[in-house]
Amino acid sequence: MSGLEDLYREIILDHYRNPRNQGELEVPPAVMAEGFNPLCGDEVKVHIQVDDGVIVDIKFDGQGCSISQSSASMMTTAITGKTLEEVEGIIYSFKQLMSIHEKSLEGGSETVDSSTTGLGDLQALQGVVKFPVRIKCATLGWNTLEQCFEELDEN
Amino acid sequence: MSFDVSDIKKDFPLLSCEENNDSLIYLDSAATSQKPQKVIDVVSSYYEEINANVHRGAYRLAEKATTAMEDAREKISDFIKSERSEEIIFTKNATESMNLVAKSWGAANLGEGDVVLLSSLEHHANIVPWHQLAESQGIEVRWIPLTESGLLDLTDLDRLLEGVKLVAVSGASNVLGTVPPVRTLADAAHAVGALCLVDASQYVPHRPTDVEELGCDFLAFTGHKMCGPTGIGVLWGRSELLEQMPPFLGGGEMILDVTQEGFTANTIPWKFEAGTPPISEIVGLGAAVDYLESVGMENVLEHERTLTTYALHTLADRFGDELIIHGPHDVSVRGGVLSMAYQDIHPHDVSQVLDDHGVCVRAGHHCAKPLMKLLGVGSTVRASLYLYNDESDVDALADALEATGKFFSR
Repeated sequence: MSGLEDLYREIILDHYRNPRNQGELEVPPAVMAEGFNPLCGDEVKVHIQVDDGVIVDIKFDGQGCSISQSSASMMTTAITGKTLEEVEGIIYSFKQLMSIHEKSLEGGSETVDSSTTGLGDLQALQGVVKFPVRIKCATLGWNTLEQCFEELDEN
Repeated sequence: MSFDVSDIKKDFPLLSCEENNDSLIYLDSAATSQKPQKVIDVVSSYYEEINANVHRGAYRLAEKATTAMEDAREKISDFIKSERSEEIIFTKNATESMNLVAKSWGAANLGEGDVVLLSSLEHHANIVPWHQLAESQGIEVRWIPLTESGLLDLTDLDRLLEGVKLVAVSGASNVLGTVPPVRTLADAAHAVGALCLVDASQYVPHRPTDVEELGCDFLAFTGHKMCGPTGIGVLWGRSELLEQMPPFLGGGEMILDVTQEGFTANTIPWKFEAGTPPISEIVGLGAAVDYLESVGMENVLEHERTLTTYALHTLADRFGDELIIHGPHDVSVRGGVLSMAYQDIHPHDVSQVLDDHGVCVRAGHHCAKPLMKLLGVGSTVRASLYLYNDESDVDALADALEATGKFFSR
């Protein structure tokens, strides 16, 4: 697969054109955080509603590139209904995916198994590591989600 | 065209080497320019032949280094038609030059309620230092609005100038390409007892510069955008002003005397050049000036005008309404900076496919977030032209944009 096709897989473009869970939640009881990409031009806002340690609702909004917006969209479908501990595991797996060195991707020796890590569709973002400057696009929504958790801890 | 671009390209090793000659299309000179071999050679030979610290050495080698540096200062002074080379202050970049004006002249002369008037085109380097003064001294930052086509709207200039002590404006926009009427603004500023600062980062590299004609009081520009090395910027200022201003950074070189009780500052320009200067970079900038003078700045300007006209026509012909080029389309009031929106494809994604075709452009807010907000966009794709670009580069950009459209419509 060419580098570009690996980066822009169908599922990514689908989430970009038809973002899931787009919108806002009322704050409070939800918490909100806003993130900006240092590779300037992307913004993501994440609202989460947590009841009894479970993410009962999550919405995202923003303007940005296909990678940042689709990653955020896929993030929302991956974590809805999960416990905070499960979400922490998913975040960890995703960050692992983003730190795989591009060389080991070609050899196929190093991958993250999506069935055990709850990554699902997110596996499609693996190609981003071939374009290191876009990793910040892919992780923007996730870093913003972590800011939401910090808000929760403070409350 | 007034000179042969293919000859010019050969002067630039990064562009003409076998690896890049046909496959790298560099359209990001607004971010940084490529360097001619002559400039690279001068920087290397400085270290190989005459490297020593300047101004204080008592040996011949140090004299050679000092002479090389001060000769470069003279060259740069002549390049912008300044009458006195003491009016050329070396900084590390245009951002530092503008910070120098804000933190030295601004801090000493501006107070509560004084107004600094900026254009809505400005780069953060000519915005943030004034916001900082607003926080520390209570000045007001006011904005000149833009017309629909990205020119300065000066209909209310008299009212905008009320209480203004400084007009600070870009010589040429790094986003829209707009070339504001600096002389008009400088004269208007002086008429109300205000000064005028010009951020000439996108101006000096691209057209003949004459500080007397521009009529401004301070002019900031940077070496790496004009075929010179990184790490060297210039602040030109009227000597009467520089002589009154307090020093910016404190340390060696900028003093006449230091005791346990205090210090006395050196004369200009050295009052504003604390510590060991970036000597090799200064010498390199002098070589860049030599190179540009050998090409002729009138020729550089004419070439860019012709090429920008070609670019505007080609892109309009091939893409029509699908491609928006922001800013004015009249080359008499705009330079070769082209910020674009293509269909609804995000600039990161456009620049990604362009990169796959070897075309180097910039995607983002270009350090001009207030301007982005006025344009109603988060970011743009920006292609910028310089003396080593030609029609084939513009054609390659158009081809790559077409490929981008096809890629994202599948």
